[in-house]
Amino acid sequence: MKQTVKRIPMPVRYLINTVLIALLVFGSTAYVNGGGVSGYITKVLMVIGINIILAVSLNVATGYLGQLPLGHAGFMAVGAYTGGIFLKAVNASELGGAGYAAAIAAALVLSGLVAAFFGIIIGVPALRLRGDYLAIITLGFGEIIRVVLTNIDDLLGFKLTYGASGLKRIPKITSYFNVLVCVVLTCLVIHLIMKSRHGRAILAIRENEIAAESCGVRTTYYKVMAFTLSAFFAGVAGCLYAGYLGSLQPTTFGFMKSIEILVMVVLGGMGSMLGSILSAITLTALPEALRAFEDYRMVAYSLVLVLVMIFKPTGLMGQYDFSLSRILEKLLNLGKKSKKEG
Amino acid sequence: MAFFSTLFSQIINGLQSGSIYALVALGYSMVYGIIMLLNFAHGDIIMVGAYVVWMSMTSFGLHPLPSILLAVVVSTLLGVVIEKVAYAPLRSSPRLSLLITAIGISFLLENGFQLIFGAGAKVVPPLIEGPTFKIAGASVSTPALVTLAVTVVIMIGLTLLVQKTKLGRAMRAVSEDMGAAQLMGVNINTTISFTFALGSALAAVASALYLSSYAQASPTMGSMLGLKAFVAAVLGGIGSLPGAMLGGFVIGLAEALVSAVGLSVWKDGVVFAILIVVLLVRPSGLLGKPMKEKV
Amino acid sequence: MADKKEKLVAVEGGVIPERDAGTPPVLEARHLGIDFGGLTAVDDFNFIIGKTEIGGLIGPNGAGKTTIFNLLTNVYQPTRGKILVNGVDTRGKKTYEVNRMGIARTFQNIRLFKALPVLDNVLVGMQGASGYHMGAAVLRLPVYWKQEKDAREKALELLSIFGMEHLADTPAGSLPYGAQRRLEIVRALATDPKVLLLDEPAAGMNPSETAELMENIRKIRDEFEIAVVLIEHDMNLVMGICEGIAVLNYGQIIAKGTPEEIRNNPLVIEAYLGRKEGAAGC
Repeated sequence: MKQTVKRIPMPVRYLINTVLIALLVFGSTAYVNGGGVSGYITKVLMVIGINIILAVSLNVATGYLGQLPLGHAGFMAVGAYTGGIFLKAVNASELGGAGYAAAIAAALVLSGLVAAFFGIIIGVPALRLRGDYLAIITLGFGEIIRVVLTNIDDLLGFKLTYGASGLKRIPKITSYFNVLVCVVLTCLVIHLIMKSRHGRAILAIRENEIAAESCGVRTTYYKVMAFTLSAFFAGVAGCLYAGYLGSLQPTTFGFMKSIEILVMVVLGGMGSMLGSILSAITLTALPEALRAFEDYRMVAYSLVLVLVMIFKPTGLMGQYDFSLSRILEKLLNLGKKSKKEG
Repeated sequence: MAFFSTLFSQIINGLQSGSIYALVALGYSMVYGIIMLLNFAHGDIIMVGAYVVWMSMTSFGLHPLPSILLAVVVSTLLGVVIEKVAYAPLRSSPRLSLLITAIGISFLLENGFQLIFGAGAKVVPPLIEGPTFKIAGASVSTPALVTLAVTVVIMIGLTLLVQKTKLGRAMRAVSEDMGAAQLMGVNINTTISFTFALGSALAAVASALYLSSYAQASPTMGSMLGLKAFVAAVLGGIGSLPGAMLGGFVIGLAEALVSAVGLSVWKDGVVFAILIVVLLVRPSGLLGKPMKEKV
Repeated sequence: MADKKEKLVAVEGGVIPERDAGTPPVLEARHLGIDFGGLTAVDDFNFIIGKTEIGGLIGPNGAGKTTIFNLLTNVYQPTRGKILVNGVDTRGKKTYEVNRMGIARTFQNIRLFKALPVLDNVLVGMQGASGYHMGAAVLRLPVYWKQEKDAREKALELLSIFGMEHLADTPAGSLPYGAQRRLEIVRALATDPKVLLLDEPAAGMNPSETAELMENIRKIRDEFEIAVVLIEHDMNLVMGICEGIAVLNYGQIIAKGTPEEIRNNPLVIEAYLGRKEGAAGC
């Protein structure tokens, strides 16, 4: 018996996905803003969104490119301070309507671009080195950023980052809606790049750098590009974070923050965007849910980490990635089959 | 004159903290040389050692020396147990998984100790007492002299151990080529355990030397100390024992000199900047062997 | 089959098949040499490859054959001498640039993109051919759809040379060994080369697979009108399809010529079998 597999044609797939995503964004925003969840839950949701952007962006460098940056929090810090200083300078909270929206968009893009610029500066020399050396250089970069943010005002005699006392009174521009829009755009852009010749080049480098170069892949270019892309979105996440908290401390962006993000990526399964998203949600929500057991939660967290690695070293999702269309196709084909049988 | 005596005492300080970094860096370097793992939990072994010293002196009223010995024993056992329980099952897994496991163990130790003993620092009674000497206008404490002396003795001992004994030869063989060493009859598991034991014992000694001048134990004391010792290991050339020693002293002296010119808040930044510059110029570190991939 | 092989004729720099004599050699190495920390791995290596020649590089293990491939693709930078691809010096070029000049290769220890599907392995090889930008990819402009579709069709066509098009969605790492070797050849072909360097293409294959491979190498040469240089230990394969053969020992060429000349060269027999053993059939 010949079995015909029903496939959804490309434009229709995109249309279905766009409609579903728009429904998700506007529907859930209406629900949240209409008081469907408490203010506390809304805050947790925003932090989850920021962490998703961080994890998904680090996954580009770690999961897709196969490098191990240990300074992702450094890029986040650069974005956070850029966004914070910009929002204060334009006095975003005083602006109304279109001006307010434009200021937010400008802050997000600017934060991303400045972080990306640092990504290029670090990436060009660091990516010449292989393996663990990149990890160590990015680690050093993250620590230097922290020290610079703490001390630069004293050294140069201006008031920019406000040193250890922190950058305060940043306009609180971050809302559930704009976090969600950023999450969707981040995932979408990364997905679209990865499913193109550029994405294939990045994956080829991860799989075998020498073979990739022998096939005509510009390895250095793509390594720097993936690294910069990763830094860009970390900067965007930083800006959202600044607008969420309203104040920034350099100590927030230490080595431990970088590790926290890395853990999300590895636990979810390197190279799986779905994995990064799920583990960012779990690892943000879990400690919140465990607040009642404050004393034990960090111990439980570290135990989970070790146990998952010992029993499932490739992470929870492996390299599996989620495809809405694939699921729809499966449902369609199932429907057909049962009709035939019936 | 005042400047030179300040400089001189900062150099002594630098050598003292450099010794501690060097001893810890050796542990990072040996483990990396053998299983290519950045053992993030190594810094926390120092912390565990410090708590053992604190407990045995304050709760059991032991003399400093047996306390230190106890710390060495506990740390050594802990290092071996961590390797057997958490790292050995992952020997054939992706290296990143192993790294995350090490980070997990590090978190576990820090948070576990915080849960048991609280987040506050514990004051440890003086370990080494003695007069402060005046040398060339600078004051040099007894703990500083003891630290230097102990470090030099340990380094000579370690070099002999690695060069002359059968276990040392096995260690070198395994780090050169694990498969070949196994075929030549080297027991891989014993060698790896021995490496962890040795590294952890050195960390415990470093911990005691640290306590002799800073006299405080806290759950997170190992993380920054460990990170800098790790930087020292990389700077000197990871996998190279003389390199780890050299790297430790370079980091210690650099910090002291940055403080001497009044920029002590920048010292962490300077340490990492030195690391980045050295890696860009000499990717294999000061004394490391360059590695080339076979095509 | 043997009569399809042509006579070698002398041109400047060496010998090439008679039919290629009218066109300049596609690949040329002059006095090529490399030292690794005082140890000379390859020295004074000279050879030229005609436009559609199938050349062979043979020699005992450790003679420096793979090192020569690494030099020809600029994975290693030569200490001495130079390499010309269609008359252009490759000195200082990156490996990917050399590839785009027309040199493609396979690896002795297979280096596929194991986690990627077979089709994507081939598509990576077409990196240089399709040129849409990142922006076009993100916005899914028509140029993206067109070039992706064209590349996909061409990739499937190349896979069909070895009858592998039905495996397009299989991860490359889960293919059987022989298929992996064939996929490496397809991936190299996808880069649209002028010269194909094959490093032990028949390793691990059984005699019937080897015979099929031999046919396919010839077919590729005829269809794409390219030159092939292969390193191989299987003497049936080498003697069966190579027109010119160079024998390497201790990093130096000890003999060059047609398969017949090589077969009867006492130096070659000695290099393979040692001094005292005397003659044995190759």
